[in-house]
Amino acid sequence: MAVPRYWREIPARYNLIGKRCKVCGRVYFPPRNICPVCRRKSVGQMEDYKLKGTGVVESYTIIHVPPPHFEGEEPYIMALIKLDEGPYVTGQIVECDEKDVHIGMRVRATFRKIMEDGEKGAIYYGYKFVKEEE
Amino acid sequence: MREVAVIGIGMTKFGELWDKSFRDLVAEAGVKAIMDAGIEGKDIDAMYIGGMSSGGFVEQEHVAPLAIEVAGLEDFHIPATRVEGACASGGLAMRQGYIAVASGIHDIVLVGGAEKMTDVVGTEATNVLASAADREWEAFFGMTFPGLYALMARYHMHKYGTTQEQLASVAVKNHYNGSMNPNAQFNRKISIEDVLASPMVADPLYLLDCSPITDGAAAAILAPLDIAKKYTDKIVKILASTQASDTISLHNRKRFDALPAAIHAARQAYKMAGVEPKDIDVAEVHDCFTIAEIMAIEDLGFFEKGKGGKATEEGLTAIDGQIPINTSGGLKAKGHPVGATGVAQINEIVMQLRGEAGKRQVKDAEIGLTHNVGGSGGTAVVHILGVI
Ligand SMILES: [Zn+2]
Repeated sequence: MAVPRYWREIPARYNLIGKRCKVCGRVYFPPRNICPVCRRKSVGQMEDYKLKGTGVVESYTIIHVPPPHFEGEEPYIMALIKLDEGPYVTGQIVECDEKDVHIGMRVRATFRKIMEDGEKGAIYYGYKFVKEEE
Repeated sequence: MREVAVIGIGMTKFGELWDKSFRDLVAEAGVKAIMDAGIEGKDIDAMYIGGMSSGGFVEQEHVAPLAIEVAGLEDFHIPATRVEGACASGGLAMRQGYIAVASGIHDIVLVGGAEKMTDVVGTEATNVLASAADREWEAFFGMTFPGLYALMARYHMHKYGTTQEQLASVAVKNHYNGSMNPNAQFNRKISIEDVLASPMVADPLYLLDCSPITDGAAAAILAPLDIAKKYTDKIVKILASTQASDTISLHNRKRFDALPAAIHAARQAYKMAGVEPKDIDVAEVHDCFTIAEIMAIEDLGFFEKGKGGKATEEGLTAIDGQIPINTSGGLKAKGHPVGATGVAQINEIVMQLRGEAGKRQVKDAEIGLTHNVGGSGGTAVVHILGVI
């Protein structure tokens, strides 16, 4: 894939920049262009908003059969995480034993390598999550 | 709006069909349906074919006119359209056919669905299927399609106490049903222990909780009810055809213990048909994973939310149970050639309503339902069919 496809998502994937609807105050991540609550009133009213990256595990799975770019990394934990600002995201949990992960576990985002586009292609980065120390 | 009937059905055997190409499958299912309906190719006014990713699986797009060509019908210049909605592509093709006939635009419509999935190797099929999820915000981060259903399974287990054995009991039932279906990919029965001993794919889903990679095609012929009798006596009426959408990513949904699109489509379908869940005699639901069937029988109103696992374990969804589910073997045992699945579901319900389902026949079946889902729930299609 051409690099711009990844480059244009960098603010969100590196720094968790989402969107906040200036009309109702709701926060969206991944970023959205239109607030589904305010709809037309939100056009042009969606501002960048940096999320803290902290949240709680709502559900999780351990991937044993990975997609092509993740071969060799299995088993790894993928989770549905409710961020403290409200939105949910899908992300990998690292540095956590698969026996320790549980629903309700507090996590925080961390900047990591996600995958390589073949041996000569670009390396793509983004967020993964680690257990938040109490 | 005109009343619409299914006057013919046809499908290939489902399975790993090394000796058959995409073209062979499409031609076989289409010809069977045409012959079953008692029509001729030249009677067809339009064709809709469901396919998720012929581009991804066999590097061929533009498959609608190709289907006309392999059927030898190019001289009639029949309008042909491919319809895509991931694993709900077949159901969408059926609904497009229904709309075309009901509106009066077309009389005889051929509806098809096909997928040739075994021509790619290794993890490529997993990658193509991941296109049904959100590529930028789910798949990019390493999420897989079974992984998304695993998230829903874990959530359902945590919230309602659904057990690993209850999940497995869906697969056991569907393999039992599939053992009586000559078109099914798997004809072998399995046990709960077999499921729990199979390799883990995405915890808590074992390999035998997942539908397989399958080649296959299915077709149906639709006609206005008032002229259907001209062609055949085996007429099944379409009582409802509904469709609903939701976010394609799981994380943007309002809930994770159900597919809101399926709930929405089902409510509309019951209203359109003037029936209630208790009136349904047999249903084919989208069991791409065992948890999907448990959520489906809840979303369709057959069981209270959270009680689907227990109902399955108690045999209430068996062929002789309170509401027989997936008599064909479902996606689990019959196989899941993604684009063909929605039309294959129609094939099974039509057979049941005609009384042609052989050993897996549900006694006195008069009203049947199909539930076809795309992705992790971004698209849902429901059809209700009835005897006349
Ligand atoms: Zn808003």
